[in-house]
Amino acid sequence: MTTELLGPLMMFIITLVVAVPLGKYMAKVYNNEPVFLDKLLNPIDRIIFKVSGIDSSKEQSWQQQMFALLTINLVWFILGMFIFMNQGWLPLNPDHNPSQSAHLAFNTTISFLVNCNLQHYSGESGVSYLGQLYLMFLQFVTAAVGMAAAVTVFFALRKGSFSTLGNYYNSFVKSITRILLPISIVIAVILLANGMPMTFEGKNQMVSLQGDTTQISTGPVAAFVPIKHLGTNGGGFFGANSAHPFENPNYMTNMVEMVSQLLIPFAMVFALGYFLKKRKLAWMIFGVMTIGFLALVIPTVLLEMNGNPQLLKMGIDNALGAMEGKEVRFGSAASAFWSIATTVISTGSVNSMHDSYMPLSGMNQMLAMMTNCFYGGCGVGILNFFVFIILAVFISGLMVGRTPEFMGKKIEAREMKIAMIIALLHPFLILVGTSLSAALPDLTAVTLNNTGAHGLSEMLYEFTSSAANNGSGFEGLGDNTPWWNISTAVVLILSRFLPIIGPVAIAGSLASKKYIPKGSGTLKTDTGTFGLMVFAVIALVAALSFFPALTLGPIADYFSF
Amino acid sequence: MKANILIAFRLTFVVALLCVGMYTLIVLGFAKMAPNKGKGFELSQNGKTFYSNIGQSFTEDKYFYSRPSAVAYNAAGSGGSNKGPNNPEYLASVQARIDTFLAHNPEVNKSSIPVDLITASGSGLDPHISVEAAKIQIKRISAIRKIDETLLLKLIEQQNGKPLFGPDKINVLRLNIALDSISKN
Repeated sequence: MTTELLGPLMMFIITLVVAVPLGKYMAKVYNNEPVFLDKLLNPIDRIIFKVSGIDSSKEQSWQQQMFALLTINLVWFILGMFIFMNQGWLPLNPDHNPSQSAHLAFNTTISFLVNCNLQHYSGESGVSYLGQLYLMFLQFVTAAVGMAAAVTVFFALRKGSFSTLGNYYNSFVKSITRILLPISIVIAVILLANGMPMTFEGKNQMVSLQGDTTQISTGPVAAFVPIKHLGTNGGGFFGANSAHPFENPNYMTNMVEMVSQLLIPFAMVFALGYFLKKRKLAWMIFGVMTIGFLALVIPTVLLEMNGNPQLLKMGIDNALGAMEGKEVRFGSAASAFWSIATTVISTGSVNSMHDSYMPLSGMNQMLAMMTNCFYGGCGVGILNFFVFIILAVFISGLMVGRTPEFMGKKIEAREMKIAMIIALLHPFLILVGTSLSAALPDLTAVTLNNTGAHGLSEMLYEFTSSAANNGSGFEGLGDNTPWWNISTAVVLILSRFLPIIGPVAIAGSLASKKYIPKGSGTLKTDTGTFGLMVFAVIALVAALSFFPALTLGPIADYFSF
Repeated sequence: MKANILIAFRLTFVVALLCVGMYTLIVLGFAKMAPNKGKGFELSQNGKTFYSNIGQSFTEDKYFYSRPSAVAYNAAGSGGSNKGPNNPEYLASVQARIDTFLAHNPEVNKSSIPVDLITASGSGLDPHISVEAAKIQIKRISAIRKIDETLLLKLIEQQNGKPLFGPDKINVLRLNIALDSISKN
């Protein structure tokens, strides 16, 4: 029991120990200060900027940056649609996997474009190796898109008054060359040493020891998996994602994959602290995020280690915990820990099947995505948290009867309107999507793998995962239908780009305001009290808006035991 | 607008060269130095080659059973049952697994059947079972193969790597290969 808990604890501690110096390094990179990889990488950067025709030293306004972001995403969308709808005849397809239907290609492209990776196909049969490589490309660039957008906010929060906020292309390219690419190579080497395949050969036919003939899919897995986690993407190479023995061969790789998915969300918080020279603020943010994370992960681990009471009733030995959908090499504790880590951050990779979790564990996974800012995805986690900070500053300001300020800038009607819209967009998309699906049983009833309250949970989870750009699922849902492919893709687009543009717009508007030096009446935002306030705002927004839906889904499921 | 689109195309091209071209080649290069040239760990026995960490179906009584699988251990696909913990259909199938197991292992007490033996894994390709799951099969194997029970227990202990982190576990394929080799002698 205790040794089972030791693993998750170690994963958390190792991540924290690596994330603090990495945050410092990232702050230097984004501030264009020299770092040790410069000698090797400066020439590469120069080539990239030269070929692309970018002047990386030219400062841009936030509007120009968002325009650049949307334009390049449009290009990636068109490319993706072309590749997935034609992969059947394009090269690198040894298994002769077919081209995707238009609605599936639409869903696949959008969900990878928005760093979600919902995957309404199975990797073994749904994409060619060319498709996998394009997905890998999207996993690199979409992580960098989120990180660069967060950096725009960093620039906006500096002391002073600004109309331009750095160069978007510069932050984007450096996120890739200085952070994502080098760390991915290191992770790939560790994974290769542990037996993860890296080959372009197709399926192997084998006869088992007992004499059954089976086929075994392989592929360039070891290149795909590092960035899948590091970029908090989570799109699996195989259908079973990181539960697959090739995608997560042993407990050691499980630890490496866990650390690598938590790493950048952690480091981004510390990068903010170093960048703005407000390390106390960073620790306040990290503290609030960690309390939220622990509040979800501890009950889930205990519930899963406790096992399924229905199986206990049958009179068997339930000591290993709830093992349906879980792998023996990870056990119930490390699986439960992963299930919450992957949902608080927006990875969405799984090493066990969430559909088979205890009802309240499933609720915690959904709550993790409903709040969507306890660490959060690459870059976007900070942006989501920023919205809640603005709300908390405003409410606290009203409580003490002063003009609300954050980082020496007044929060006024315009910023509040944007923050409210973004905060409410998330529950709106989830609840409307789920209600529509429940109201259209002709389209959805046959796609459910479980009936009753658990069936509703499957639909609620699907839209929660889409709106949080998470990508995990209650995978029993037969989601490759036009309804699921198109409805979730629409939610994905709205819940990716608006929550990026909103906070950046708030930050841009704050940046242009006059800087007010700290006075005795200034609300301190780097204290525990303010942390508590932010936590309360997050809890209120998440709990109040989602409680009725959770009551009909997982809570009703729990009481039916 | 026009300038942005042009930059977007050119940037996409050059970043793809870096992240798909160069990166993949670097990882492929390391793969050539990795164990078994990056094709996944393999095992050979009697001229047959297996992947050591892709689970296999063992349903014959003369072998240690592997866990139930939602994909019948065919690694052309992968996945779990995705059944909810309270799904009546699912609970009936678990009950059926318990009954089948008891029918094949009449000497086993129901309360000692470990839960991993009657539940399907997440990948459907789980190569492991728990140590207890191996131990409760000793009596059956011993009777069929005419091997001493203490010898089988020793075999299981040898296969338990006792890892620093994570649960104790037995690779079913390795255990059964070892079992085959002592049967011959």
